[in-house]
Amino acid sequence: MTFVRPSFRHPQQPTNALGYVRKDYEGLISTLCAGCGHDSISNAIIQACFEIPVEPHKVVKMSGIGCSSKTPAYFLDRSHGFNSVHGRMPSIATGANMANRDLIYLGVSGDGDTASIGMGQFIHALRRDLNLTYVVMNNGCYGLTKGQDSATADRGSRTKKGAPNPFESIDLCEMAIQLGAGFVARGFSGDKQQLVPLLKAALLHRGIALIDVISPCVTFNNSSGSTKSYQYVRDHIEATGTFDFIPLQQEIVVQYEEGATQAVTMHDGSIIQLHKNVGGVDVTSRRRALDLLEAEREQGRLLTGILFLDPESEDTHAILNTTLTPLNQLTQAELCPGAAALEQINARFR
Amino acid sequence: MSRIEKVNDYVVRFANVNGTGSASANNLFALAIYRMGVPVTPKNIFPSNIQGLPTWFEVRVSGSGYLARRAGIDLTVAVNGQTLVQDYNEVLPGGYFLYDSTKRLPDECRRDDLNVIAIPLTQLCNDAFTDPRLRQLLKNIIYIGALAQLLDIDHGVLTAAISGQYAKKPQLAESNLQALEIGYTYAANHFAGACGLRVEPQPTSGESILMDGNSALALGAIYAGATVAGWYPITPSTSVVEAFERYANRYRIEAETGRKRFAIIQAEDELAAIGIAIGASWNGARAFTATSGPGLSLMAEFLGLAYYAEIPVVLMDVQRAGPSTGMPTRSQQSDILDAAYASHGDTKHVLLFPSDPTECFEMAVAAFDLAERLQTPVIIMSDLDLGMNDHLCAPLSWDDSRRYDRGKVLDAAALEALPTRWGRYLDVDGDGICYRTYPGTHPSKGAYFTRGTSHNEYSGYTEDNTIYRRGMERLARKWQTARDLVPAAEATERDSETIIGAIFYGTTSAAALEAIDLLAAEGVAINLLRLKAFPFGPEVKTFIDRHRRVFVIEQNRDGQMRQLLIGEGDFPPAKLLSVLNFDGLPITAATIVDQIQPLLAAPDPDGDTEPSGEKP
Ligand SMILES: Cc1ncc(C[n+]2csc(CCOP(=O)(O)OP(=O)(O)O)c2C)c(N)n1
Ligand code: SF4
Ligand SMILES: [Mg+2]
Repeated sequence: MTFVRPSFRHPQQPTNALGYVRKDYEGLISTLCAGCGHDSISNAIIQACFEIPVEPHKVVKMSGIGCSSKTPAYFLDRSHGFNSVHGRMPSIATGANMANRDLIYLGVSGDGDTASIGMGQFIHALRRDLNLTYVVMNNGCYGLTKGQDSATADRGSRTKKGAPNPFESIDLCEMAIQLGAGFVARGFSGDKQQLVPLLKAALLHRGIALIDVISPCVTFNNSSGSTKSYQYVRDHIEATGTFDFIPLQQEIVVQYEEGATQAVTMHDGSIIQLHKNVGGVDVTSRRRALDLLEAEREQGRLLTGILFLDPESEDTHAILNTTLTPLNQLTQAELCPGAAALEQINARFR
Repeated sequence: MSRIEKVNDYVVRFANVNGTGSASANNLFALAIYRMGVPVTPKNIFPSNIQGLPTWFEVRVSGSGYLARRAGIDLTVAVNGQTLVQDYNEVLPGGYFLYDSTKRLPDECRRDDLNVIAIPLTQLCNDAFTDPRLRQLLKNIIYIGALAQLLDIDHGVLTAAISGQYAKKPQLAESNLQALEIGYTYAANHFAGACGLRVEPQPTSGESILMDGNSALALGAIYAGATVAGWYPITPSTSVVEAFERYANRYRIEAETGRKRFAIIQAEDELAAIGIAIGASWNGARAFTATSGPGLSLMAEFLGLAYYAEIPVVLMDVQRAGPSTGMPTRSQQSDILDAAYASHGDTKHVLLFPSDPTECFEMAVAAFDLAERLQTPVIIMSDLDLGMNDHLCAPLSWDDSRRYDRGKVLDAAALEALPTRWGRYLDVDGDGICYRTYPGTHPSKGAYFTRGTSHNEYSGYTEDNTIYRRGMERLARKWQTARDLVPAAEATERDSETIIGAIFYGTTSAAALEAIDLLAAEGVAINLLRLKAFPFGPEVKTFIDRHRRVFVIEQNRDGQMRQLLIGEGDFPPAKLLSVLNFDGLPITAATIVDQIQPLLAAPDPDGDTEPSGEKP
């Protein structure tokens, strides 16, 4: 059922540069289980959109099916949303993006939605470098169908049901890096400090930006044998580094020590300042990123933060060379060749 | 020896090996006859293979304008060793068999009712040309040259067609003309007067065109302003999107920048293909996908979403012979039920049934208007025969004063002006169609959450049984509105007294019309109804009620349209008699006549009762 938040607005709420208050980015009241990681991600999305800031109605939020895919109802009430079918958000997002390149596309999916039924659509959206922020709310299980193992569940991990998962797990980030995604990051729903800037950078990245967010399912996959529980993730998390996201208009005020930081300028001029934690990471090297992910995995650690970033990446529209005018705004006069042209066409068939 | 003697009324079959360039030579033959003003029907009967397997090209020449395929071969041009004996045996008694006599005719070929025309095509070709690649192609042109002599085809028409085809490659034009001459001269020297078949020029208005249905669908999408296509290759629909891309590259390039005013995405599968079309339509661009049976099966879930969430989308289904992978290069009308009810739950879709390329064009344009007006999928039911063969048809026409019907869409000003709260699924007009908005329209109004889950009038999730039911009933109301908007079936009264009617649609139409003429010549009067769309309009009921026996002629095994009529129109099943062809080859008039005759002799299903005028 739908629960609408009361529309009372406190007069003293801070506004962002566009004049919106944080509440303008909120959605309906969540119906997910209390403590579900997905709700924290929704909040981070609200925060990121408020902080960037984006115009709420210029965002399009899309999802597949699952507890995770319900969340677009719980943020950005002023945005159009599209809750599609299981595993098929990327194709809907592709079509929507083709129709209007001027909006911001935010796709939300689950690990079942992405790594199983939707794997085909996921990897092809990556290949096409669709201008889409793709958030996977990854809890290692199928929440909505009551806790079955998903394809991202680590081998040997146990859900509440108890039996260890016998199969190899899929690392969505490694896959995305291999397939040429220009922005690949991993976050944790319990670390808002890191997640909000990740989302901000992802939303401004041109081309596909994948954020795999580990998001514990408190109801089915938060027990002691699970590698996707709050406790386990907190104990094994390792970040590539902390970073500041500096939007185009702002000035870099803090100066960092040479070598300890890496500044990556994004296509719109925004800068990501990365303060390195893990041995000299260069986030713009695909090879290094993959090595590092594997190395951390061998150590049983979960690497988070920006894993790979290609600031030069192009999106599908650039690849296809489509007009800068959104296709849905072209007029009949621009689209229809008219009667005279049809007469010439007829002549070629005589 | 018997000899078929005919003017402008026969079938010529070319038996070739696929991948040898025979198609362009054979098309040249059909084109020349068409340009002489004689109605012509070419059918390409090809294998699901790229190179090396048998392929046939049949050209029916019909001065009286019958455009269906006709069985029985009057003249065969046999250049495929693999099928030579079969081809030899299949020629009608008194017919003609032209073969490449560079190789001896096998001993089994001993008919004494055949006129054999032996021309050493390979020998002649090799003597004249040295380039091995060219030899293969020009051998085909040599037999066209021979046919020109044998059938009396206008020489000027042929040479003009060749020069036109190779306008940009004059050297190739020259060798083609030379090959044509070689064939012509050989036939003149050795077989003058040997053939009793002749083409005689007929006066024509010069208006009609010879076009394939897939090009027409593509042009329809261009003229309707479609900008986004998602697709996955599948015979026989592939050439729809290929043609769309070709025309888009000609008519949709932004002059100043060279940028494209369209986006074509070759998707990872048909699920994604239709997802792309739905996503784009939802966001206010006209979008479509094209597929065939296997793809339609995969698109089912998304079609259900588009039906329930009320998103316009145009799907072009170029049907082929099923089930499963079936015969991928043969034609059928066997996706009717699957398309009508694609997806689970109470789902149904608007279908359009074009019967020639002109209608492919018109219905493609109409499909976009209907999809947006009705906010629902519209499926155009073409087939391989219509899509991939050339058909003689009226020229495509466009009225420059025509405006697209983008349906009920609220822009920012309209949202501002609304006196009451807007609801995406509020039926304010009572026609079952609600107002939609595109993303990004207004900073604070008009946003909603599109979902395939049950929803209230404001698109909020609900499990309230009353609200759910109300929504489903409104969709049923919208379906009634659709009945009034789709093209009406076309009824033709041949005899006001007759109690017999025939219903048909799509590519069955040409054969049905011919069959009804044949039966009329035997004194059996049959009235006609050509279906153009589903849901059926009231005219369908009127027609069926008026007649005591109604033949439903179609190209599938299970009488799918008959089932649809019974299910949706509530007609007495005994009254609707199936006449079927489902061997994958385009239906012929003879097949229809052969099936109707015994049915006419059978007892009247309704006994003596008058045709009922009651409402079902
Ligand atoms: C075609 C189809 N098959 C199965 C389902 C049932 N189903 C709903 S959600 C879901 C799994 C969701 O898992 P995930 O994407 O990880 O989301 P979570 O609930 O864990 O957030 C399944 C199998 C469905 N809705 N559609
Ligand atoms: S079942 Fe799990 S994933 Fe679903 S809402 Fe509850 S905690 Fe979240
Ligand atoms: Mg999950």
